[in-house]
Amino acid sequence: MTRDSRSSLAVEFLRQLGEAGILAGRTLKNFWRRPWERNIFLQQLEEIGIRTLPVISLTAAFGGLVFGLQTYLGFHRYIGPGSEAYGGPVISLGLTKELIPILVGVMVAGRVGSAMAAEIGTMKITEQVDALFTLGADPNKYLVVPRTAAAVLMLPCLTLFGDIIGIVCGFVYNVTIMGVNGTIYLRNTLLYLQLWDILSGLIKAAVFGAVIAVVGCWQGLEAEGGAEGVGRATTRAVVISSICILILNFFLSKFLPA
Amino acid sequence: MIRITDLEKSFGPKKVLRGVNLDIPTGKTTVVIGQSGSGKSVLLKLIVGLMKPEQGDIFVGDLNVTALDAEERQKVARKFGMLFQGGALFDSMTVGQNVAFGLERYCDLPANEIRGLVSESLDKVGLRGIEGLMPSELSGGMKKRVGLARAIAYRPEIMLYDEPSTGIDPIRADAINELINLLKNEFGVTSIVITHDMVSAYKVADRIAMLYEGRILETGTPAEIRNSTNDVVQQFIHGRAEGPIRNW
Repeated sequence: MTRDSRSSLAVEFLRQLGEAGILAGRTLKNFWRRPWERNIFLQQLEEIGIRTLPVISLTAAFGGLVFGLQTYLGFHRYIGPGSEAYGGPVISLGLTKELIPILVGVMVAGRVGSAMAAEIGTMKITEQVDALFTLGADPNKYLVVPRTAAAVLMLPCLTLFGDIIGIVCGFVYNVTIMGVNGTIYLRNTLLYLQLWDILSGLIKAAVFGAVIAVVGCWQGLEAEGGAEGVGRATTRAVVISSICILILNFFLSKFLPA
Repeated sequence: MIRITDLEKSFGPKKVLRGVNLDIPTGKTTVVIGQSGSGKSVLLKLIVGLMKPEQGDIFVGDLNVTALDAEERQKVARKFGMLFQGGALFDSMTVGQNVAFGLERYCDLPANEIRGLVSESLDKVGLRGIEGLMPSELSGGMKKRVGLARAIAYRPEIMLYDEPSTGIDPIRADAINELINLLKNEFGVTSIVITHDMVSAYKVADRIAMLYEGRILETGTPAEIRNSTNDVVQQFIHGRAEGPIRNW
């Protein structure tokens, strides 16, 4: 790669970062401006929340099961038979603080972020976004704000739901399938799992929700060049938001109080 | 009066408009003609505020709209109604909801009055009673007419038409021409029409401006344009392949 192409890539990266930042800033500013697009907000709540429940249930269930399985093996192998009941808090902490928020974020990025990019991208290339402007609706306020508000609100709800399913499945694997002492398992879980552990996962989820919606809408609004452009915007929305989720997760884990 | 001075717009390395100067008189219809890809639609989008120029000014009355920020620009957009090339109907809404969209945002009216105005606007474009249909159930021409009904529903002062007769049969196209003239004569609407359909241009124009190589090459009344001595204008209005305009 030549020096020129490296510098043009850097300029392009900074330009895109700037555009996403401006969109996020305008969205934040428009959050407080009336009139609110209540109907679109409610539609998005349903789309992001209720329609994503089945896929989150399945993901959280198998996430809980596999985490339960590995924790059981770990305690059994390295600490000794009988210690598996101490896996309860490990499973719950791991799920609520890390695994479920990430799984929910990535699943919603794949299902909803891509749909946002595709829908807005199609509106962009068929001039519907331009039509919104001429008909008195600020495209940012009409398209981006309700989606972002719904995602910020629904991601923590989905995460909390996923936490419950994941913890239950971890319990089922250890206690029901592997015969771990249920009383000790539950007592340890309740003793060591704190409310903040759950809350920090929910805060992460809210941040991920904002990222998914802003990136999905941004890529949709950037789409050009017909069906191919919409396809490209959709793919980029999923890739960019998934990468952002993984990077942000590290920094949130590092800087949120333990 | 809309006054456009030294307007320039580029897309990457491609300079589409290279210093457009044009006056659009109030209450008259100005038709902008030119080849496909010559920047006619870009000019409309710059006027309505969908794009920002790199250079030049657009005055709507005494207001320089290019100097406004996005929020203020949106307020000025109330003056404009725009018919898009493909209709640009919102495909998640019914025809009735589409036509009511601008009315609900721009006019503080009760729901029954909005319904009445929606029916009236649809009636004007010859599409009575289709409020409940979805855009996907309409033909291309019908979509365009619904787009026109949506644009005129809130009675804008200035109408911008992007290829109003493209994709419509000649009889419907003429009906749209009649509607453009009716809006001018009855309501004093200022219109800017982008087209390369010369039949339509002669029918609706008070003035015709030809956009060529990023600049306004010539302006005049339809008669003046017909009798122009400019070879480029003559080649274009007669639709000849041979001439100074490069074909490909």
